[in-house]
Amino acid sequence: MPVSAAASASPPAPHEAAAPAAAPAAALAAIALRDLRRHFAGRGGVATKALDGVSLDVAAGEIFGIVGRSGAGKSTLIRCVNLLERPDSGEVRVLGEELLDLDGAALRDRRRRIGMVFQHFNLLSSRTVADNVGFPLEVAGVPRAERETRIREALALVGLADKAGAYPAQLSGGQKQRVGIARALAPRPRILLCDEATSALDPETTQEILALIKRLRDQLDLTVLLITHEMAVVKEICDRVAVMERGQVIETGRVFDVFTQPRHPTTRRFIADTIGHFIPPGTVARLPAPRPGEERRLLQVLFAGPNSTRAVISEASRRFALDLDIISGRIDEIAGEPFGLMALAAYGAPAQIDATTAWFAELGLTVTPVADPAAQTKAEAA
Amino acid sequence: MIPWLTPMLEQLFVEAAIETLTMVAGAAFIAILFGLPLALLLHATDRGGLAQNGLVNRPLGLLINAVRSTPFIILMVAIVPFTRLVAGTSIGTGAAIVPLALASTAFIARLFETAFREVDRGVVEAARAMGATRLQILWKVLVPEALPGLIAAVTVTLVSLVGYSAMAGAVGGGGLGDLGIRFGYQRFMPEVMASVVIVLILFVQGLQSLGDWLVRRVRRR
Repeated sequence: MPVSAAASASPPAPHEAAAPAAAPAAALAAIALRDLRRHFAGRGGVATKALDGVSLDVAAGEIFGIVGRSGAGKSTLIRCVNLLERPDSGEVRVLGEELLDLDGAALRDRRRRIGMVFQHFNLLSSRTVADNVGFPLEVAGVPRAERETRIREALALVGLADKAGAYPAQLSGGQKQRVGIARALAPRPRILLCDEATSALDPETTQEILALIKRLRDQLDLTVLLITHEMAVVKEICDRVAVMERGQVIETGRVFDVFTQPRHPTTRRFIADTIGHFIPPGTVARLPAPRPGEERRLLQVLFAGPNSTRAVISEASRRFALDLDIISGRIDEIAGEPFGLMALAAYGAPAQIDATTAWFAELGLTVTPVADPAAQTKAEAA
Repeated sequence: MIPWLTPMLEQLFVEAAIETLTMVAGAAFIAILFGLPLALLLHATDRGGLAQNGLVNRPLGLLINAVRSTPFIILMVAIVPFTRLVAGTSIGTGAAIVPLALASTAFIARLFETAFREVDRGVVEAARAMGATRLQILWKVLVPEALPGLIAAVTVTLVSLVGYSAMAGAVGGGGLGDLGIRFGYQRFMPEVMASVVIVLILFVQGLQSLGDWLVRRVRRR
């Protein structure tokens, strides 16, 4: 849902309809962005709208994820939070202060309270690990003795105390990102921005870094804003998520809600990549054809909430006199909440299948019809 | 003993070598001194730079290109009034340093600029995100990160200076190249010419090896 309708409303106005229970009051927001717009002049005078009226509130202490394909504008958005990128218009309130009103020196001071971690780590290759971590303190004029204490403290936080004298080139990707995180935390910021922090890492290291970010949030009471193109990252550590497409936020909410009840087609596609069921066409081809007068329909059923343990499949089969064939099924967790996902082939009279899906919906299960490749081919042939 | 190496020639050889060293070292020193700030200015004012400014960048780039495209022998003669203003005279080793320094400043500024361009933009962005000022980014990020490239640029400049300094004979600058021309060519002493060439080859080899060794030492990648 585009949130641009909220326009340049004054900060206290709640601007999003999604997940009202979790939406923080603007007063509590660590980061409050209002109607950000930013365009880039493209080739042939065609301007690209990197940000097309984005408003967001990130509550203090939460891990907020922004997910979107490349080019969706998320990278520009996160750079607006510390004004590495200046929006054409809008408001950027961080810790209750409008950053766009600040002059150069004040802005540099505020940037020191906003740590940032990068996809490609961006460490200085000419400096040791300790001197990299000390860099933000050095530019802030922190005296040497104090710097050394803080460097030790920051390296201990990320578990790299023994690598202080190493050069970045001697470290693995995961270790480099730990240095990046230690460097971001050395000035003791309240906010941590993560720009695709795990996108250059292998799956195992990604898990490690995500666990570290989560632990640091709890330990240091940080507010984390991260951008990623991987829904798996959001599922792993985020409390809330915003989905971006073409410079707009199209959906916002608690991660569990967005995953279990996505409203926008783009969100559905994103989720399908992560938790959705891919039914191999070969499997469908081997399914028995429906009997005369009956129909075969493929359904994806998502179990969440109180009815997730009920024996709904056999009950539905008895009630509506149809056959339900379980093609695949799994149990997963999103943000610590369990849910089940099942792919079914339903055989029966069309009316009975309709009744079944209606009954599933009544029970609070989310039923999504899946296109039947075999049926499609038949329809095309006919 | 080498039969043709009379005490007089030997003395001329030593003097010429010292003149060459003086010209190369003097010009290189001045070139680094002025070339580094020029390169930083060029890099910072370039499109997408720290202080993007076309009004500074374009004229500066044009000036540097103009100096670089003027053949050295012409440049040397063309700036005689300027040389006289700076050095007090237009002939001699000291005076030859002026055009050599001018040509190599333009040369090294471009090479330095290229070295700065090789520095990962992400590192500069990270420094900005950490609240570094533009000057801090220049001195604490760009210069140290580009150091291997800067040293390589100095090496290339020194080597070209050895070549350019041979032309300094035209303004009475002396040096090994001049010795080779006057004795080896004009007095038909090919052995002097050959010796000059061999000494210059050894000299350039030594410079290059030293430069490469330094680059390896400072490179942490």
